[in-house]
Amino acid sequence: MKRSLSRMDRRNFLKTSAAGAAGLWIGFQLRAPLASFAAEDAGATPLALNAWVHVGADDWVTIYIDKSEMGQSILTGLTMIAAEELDCDWKKVRTEFAPADKAYVNPWFGVQGTGASSATRTSWDPLRKAGASARMMLIGAAAQKWGVDKSGCRAENSVVTHAASGRRASYGSLAQAAAKLPIPTDAPLKDPKLYRIVGKSTKRLDTPLKVNGSAQYGIDVRQPGMLYAVVSRCPVFGGKVASFDAAKAQAVPGVKRVVQISSGIAVVADNTWTAMEGRRALEVKWDEGPNAGATSAGISKLFAERAAQPGYVARKEGDAEAALGKAATKVEAVYEVPFLAHATMEPQNCTAHVRADRCDVWAPTQAQTGAQSTAAEAAGLRPEVVSIHTTFLGGGFGRRFETDFVRDAVEVSKAMGAPVKVTWSREDDIQHDYYRTASYARFTAGLDADGWPVVWMNRIACPSIMARFGPLQNNFDPRSVEICDTVPYDIPNILVDYQLADAGIPIGFWRSVGASQNGFFLESFADEVATAGKKDPYELRRRLLAKSPRHRAVLDTAAQKAGWGSPLPAGHFRGIATVTSYFGYVAQVVEISLDRDKRDLKVHRVVCALDCGRAVNPSSLEAQAQSSIVYGLSAALRGAITIDRGRVQQSNFNNYPVMRIHEMPAVEVHIMPSELPPTGAGEFTVPPIAPALCNAIFAATGRRVRRLPIQPEDLA
Amino acid sequence: MAIQFTLNEKPQSVDVNPNMPLLWVLRDTLGMTGTKFGCGMALCGACTVHINGAATRSCVTPVSSVAGKRVTTIEGLSPDRSHPVQQAWMEIDVPQCGYCQSGQIMSAAALLAKTPSPSDAQIDDALSGNICRCGTYLRIRQAIHRAAELHTARAKAGEASALSQARSSPVAKTAVAGGAR
Repeated sequence: MKRSLSRMDRRNFLKTSAAGAAGLWIGFQLRAPLASFAAEDAGATPLALNAWVHVGADDWVTIYIDKSEMGQSILTGLTMIAAEELDCDWKKVRTEFAPADKAYVNPWFGVQGTGASSATRTSWDPLRKAGASARMMLIGAAAQKWGVDKSGCRAENSVVTHAASGRRASYGSLAQAAAKLPIPTDAPLKDPKLYRIVGKSTKRLDTPLKVNGSAQYGIDVRQPGMLYAVVSRCPVFGGKVASFDAAKAQAVPGVKRVVQISSGIAVVADNTWTAMEGRRALEVKWDEGPNAGATSAGISKLFAERAAQPGYVARKEGDAEAALGKAATKVEAVYEVPFLAHATMEPQNCTAHVRADRCDVWAPTQAQTGAQSTAAEAAGLRPEVVSIHTTFLGGGFGRRFETDFVRDAVEVSKAMGAPVKVTWSREDDIQHDYYRTASYARFTAGLDADGWPVVWMNRIACPSIMARFGPLQNNFDPRSVEICDTVPYDIPNILVDYQLADAGIPIGFWRSVGASQNGFFLESFADEVATAGKKDPYELRRRLLAKSPRHRAVLDTAAQKAGWGSPLPAGHFRGIATVTSYFGYVAQVVEISLDRDKRDLKVHRVVCALDCGRAVNPSSLEAQAQSSIVYGLSAALRGAITIDRGRVQQSNFNNYPVMRIHEMPAVEVHIMPSELPPTGAGEFTVPPIAPALCNAIFAATGRRVRRLPIQPEDLA
Repeated sequence: MAIQFTLNEKPQSVDVNPNMPLLWVLRDTLGMTGTKFGCGMALCGACTVHINGAATRSCVTPVSSVAGKRVTTIEGLSPDRSHPVQQAWMEIDVPQCGYCQSGQIMSAAALLAKTPSPSDAQIDDALSGNICRCGTYLRIRQAIHRAAELHTARAKAGEASALSQARSSPVAKTAVAGGAR
């Protein structure tokens, strides 16, 4: 009995919410309006206790997943958290993706969405409470039914039992009665010592759907009467359509129409390939606008010029300038990284059906309420009549926090008066991304007579992501200096400042955001400081982290497990790096071999020690660390989006290459035991991999890699 | 003119532009969306299917070229996730976002059909055309070794080779459900 919110009519949804589904559900604190999924489940007698937990008369428990499943295993993790407190039978748990609704607003960013590694962290309390309250109500219903005291009843494995009388009742049989009870506000949470689900490596609930092709991604959505579209966009950022001639495109058999939308010219056809063929035939003249002359070299020059001037002070400890005058040794370096594309395996896409009074959107989105407002604006409707149906995401990495693909589909559907799926080609995806920004870093360190750092000065010059969403104060964006401003090392004089440098290239959130480039800057320069002071890179970090025990623990663990300092085979070298970001701590040791004559680098092994609080699902945590390491290695080894004549020069996996299986190193993940609340695992293990790798290259060559991606000359 | 081929062991006839890549015939014309679009240039392997048993990138395969041939897609690998590769994939819990996994599984199944007990190097050779941006490569390797074991055990148990006998099945309409723990 498949039930799907994604098929649910938004108006009915609201109507049944308002009607309250007559006693069959009970709201949970402020989440009451959402507790109406019950009404949809015709035939069963359900109990939707809150926005997340629903118990069916058939004993099946449904957990509503208000976060996007993009590979990080949040669907399984959130279900584990709720099921733990609900004490339900894991074999009778299923999930549904929740619609866009205010009840699901992520407190971390004020909209419903999945990002910034916040999903587990912000769901930990609400989902435990949701499970515990539901459990308490089921126990209450059983006690009432049997005329016994609640204290004599216990719940386990979807059954409430009364030990004294030996009576038993299944959750499903109690659901309706439970719904009539008052809502507990004080449901006690379990003692973590009693956890039987949380903390155990648990198979993902979505794996069976992902081994036979049945998992539905955005690109797989099909609606009756649906048309297929692709969009031709100006190759230069900020450019516009000057004129277009649709005749040749429309002459392609199967092309239905050619329509102008805000992002370009859409070719609509009866299948995707025909739409692509139509686009090939389409003639468009572009007004390339002010960015037509942009080049990567010009952007790099702009960054360097800005970085020559003091910027907004993001962090100040002691008096760095004065202390530098007294330092025994001065170390200076400049680092730079390019733009990067996300290149999710599933190209961007969206299906929309705009009608006079409503709009349905099927999207692989990380931003449900953002998608809803974009769609409402594009359709000319109120957000309340826009239903967002979240599908599985074929990768997210921050790209799907954007809603440009939603706007495409809604505009084309509105123009066609039919459901339309807009599919981006890989070329569209790589050339029209919101890129990880290029960035530029200047460092100056001062060492004392013993070679220990006493001054740390760091200036970042790069564009701002947050400037997209509103004016910046003091031209400062904390995301641009993310983790630079919180450099974890105990150094008495620190000065970190930021120079805004707008490059005219769209930028956005890319797995670990500012930390993705700043981790490379920080941890490469920390190695330079160690070298200048004749210190072991691990020992230097260890000393400077003496006041940060959690951070030092991951560093020590990674070093020990990797055998830091022990002999290596001839031609093998190690590098180390450690970063704290997104409330997690991680250290990585990379082992490489390098044939300097052939410029041939091989990454053999990565040892990763991490601490992100309690591990909800250790198996998923291991997978996320492996994943982040691959994502970061792809960027360090090859990743570069370069600009010429205002255009992205890369287009597909041939010229934007990513790691493949034959390049995959062994990865050992060591999870630090923790009783602290869980934080997020999707991003924080990305930042250290590039610097750990480059520090290993330095160990091999004595040559510092100060610009990514790594070039053959870096390996000589 | 209609193009005829065998799709997941059933006769299939399509009346489409003969230049249309098999990928889009499967996805848009026939509604079999398990085979994925990733690059359109045979660079990523997300669209991998079997044509006469050989792993083939359907995004660059004109549908006219499969006339008279046997095409197997992820939907036809087994009716019930019983193929050793699918079994191993579930046991090792390989997928993350899962988008590339149909292609990975089809490449792995084609490898095992020819090389029942592949080495790491043979796995790397056969799977290096399949990109996974989530980085599931280590579990893929582990799962292929496990699938080889399962296949060998089945062969010993006297079962017909599940690897070479792809059967057809409709796309399962299954709710995400627990029980696999």
